[in-house]
Amino acid sequence: MMELLQTLELAGQNLLGAAWLPLWTLVKIVAIVAPLMIGVAYLTLAERKVIGYMQVRIGPNRVGYFGLLQPIADGLKLMFKEIIIPTGSNHFLFVVAPVLALMPALAAWAVVPFADGMVLADVNAGLLYILAMTSLGVYGVIIAGWASNSKYAFIGSLRSAAQIVSYEIAMGFALVCVLMAAQSLNLSDIVRGQQSDTGLFGWYFIPLFPMFVVYLIAGVAETNRAPFDMAEGESEIVAGFHVEYSGMAFALFFLAEYANMILIAVLTAIMFLGGWLPPFNVAPFTLLPGIFWLLAKMSFVLFLFLWFRATFPRYRYDQLMRLGWKVFIPLTLVWVVVVGAWMQTPYWLW
Amino acid sequence: MEKITNFFKSFLLLELLKGMALTGRHFFARKITVQFPEEKTPQGFRFRGLHALRRYENGQERCIGCKLCEAVCPALAIHIETEERDDGTRRTTRYDIDLVKCIFCGLCEESCPVDAIVETRVFEYHGEKRGDLYYTKPMLLAMGDKHEEQIAKDRAADAKYR
Repeated sequence: MMELLQTLELAGQNLLGAAWLPLWTLVKIVAIVAPLMIGVAYLTLAERKVIGYMQVRIGPNRVGYFGLLQPIADGLKLMFKEIIIPTGSNHFLFVVAPVLALMPALAAWAVVPFADGMVLADVNAGLLYILAMTSLGVYGVIIAGWASNSKYAFIGSLRSAAQIVSYEIAMGFALVCVLMAAQSLNLSDIVRGQQSDTGLFGWYFIPLFPMFVVYLIAGVAETNRAPFDMAEGESEIVAGFHVEYSGMAFALFFLAEYANMILIAVLTAIMFLGGWLPPFNVAPFTLLPGIFWLLAKMSFVLFLFLWFRATFPRYRYDQLMRLGWKVFIPLTLVWVVVVGAWMQTPYWLW
Repeated sequence: MEKITNFFKSFLLLELLKGMALTGRHFFARKITVQFPEEKTPQGFRFRGLHALRRYENGQERCIGCKLCEAVCPALAIHIETEERDDGTRRTTRYDIDLVKCIFCGLCEESCPVDAIVETRVFEYHGEKRGDLYYTKPMLLAMGDKHEEQIAKDRAADAKYR
């Protein structure tokens, strides 16, 4: 497989010269984004199915076997709907906002390593890039809320912005622990740092367990998912920042939310659950390709996301802020010091 | 002391894990969904569906035009006009039920002294244009003729409770 790719690359370089690199990169981008979009579509179905099962229902099952064509039907419906632009809105920003929401969720995938060496951009500041990209997502939300010129959208976007900014800090500190343990900002190096003879006991979720939990919860809050879906809050502010959106513009927000979920899940898998590494270093596990393990871990974290949504009621807003500022940030700060001290002792095994 | 244990308990997320265990168990529970067009839930003999006007066995209309149903209808969905027939009886010339107004409370059925207006078990119907759900006397009588067997059975089952 690798040799085939190498010969292909050589042939391409001979044939196209300087034009080869951008072309080949484009092919890689499509190879990442296209499955991602399909993943997003089927995550919506998985969500409806999982939540349905947890509520002792069976979920969608009319469109195709097991409801398998449901996401396609939903997509087609949204595509043919009219995009209504409110008269009082800022037309330019109103149209730009959904794009701004989706773009960072896709761009962050550039540095995600799918297997050893299987990464679009192997940059050394990968973690920093990820943090920057996930933070950019809030602009889409804020601009959507402001440009709609509607009070519900505005309140929703303010809530969401405050929430994302608060949880970003806790998330950042949790990642500081990871980069201390791995001594690298490069995502591939972080995964390699988790490699050991003991398999899953070498992964960072063991020494950094509190940070793993904080990262997972902060991740749920970052993506505005239940129980932190204050930005949408159907019961009080209708749908939050995207009340005024319809048709494909709404679909873009929808895609952005689920793409962000998948991103957070894959990052959790990379930073705490050993990325592409198999859980045990014995025959049946090591035979499977690395990408399988990454996707399996990602699916597990995504299932947790859906499980949370089916279980927990929505937080009250002041409690949400209390959790972010008065629990997570002190906790992560303490754990940064603990990890730092721990690493100086001979008892640090990772 | 209690405060301290509560503090640590909340950090261990025990309550949340309990909640997740509950939903996790339900994930594997037998699903209770009734898949409607193929499966149906049971109906009682007092089911209140679409209305019908009944006849006696000799084919004579039961309705005597007393307008009790019209008077009792809380949604003002019933409109009745009557005439005197050659044999001296009072009969309806119009008996309209606007199903868009109707709230299916069953008061018309309850008030009827001769069991003429009844509600059947039919609940799968629709109207395609405005006016389709405005039921006139011939339509109601046709409903009654069509479902008389079921209607009579349901009245008989209900009889001992009336």
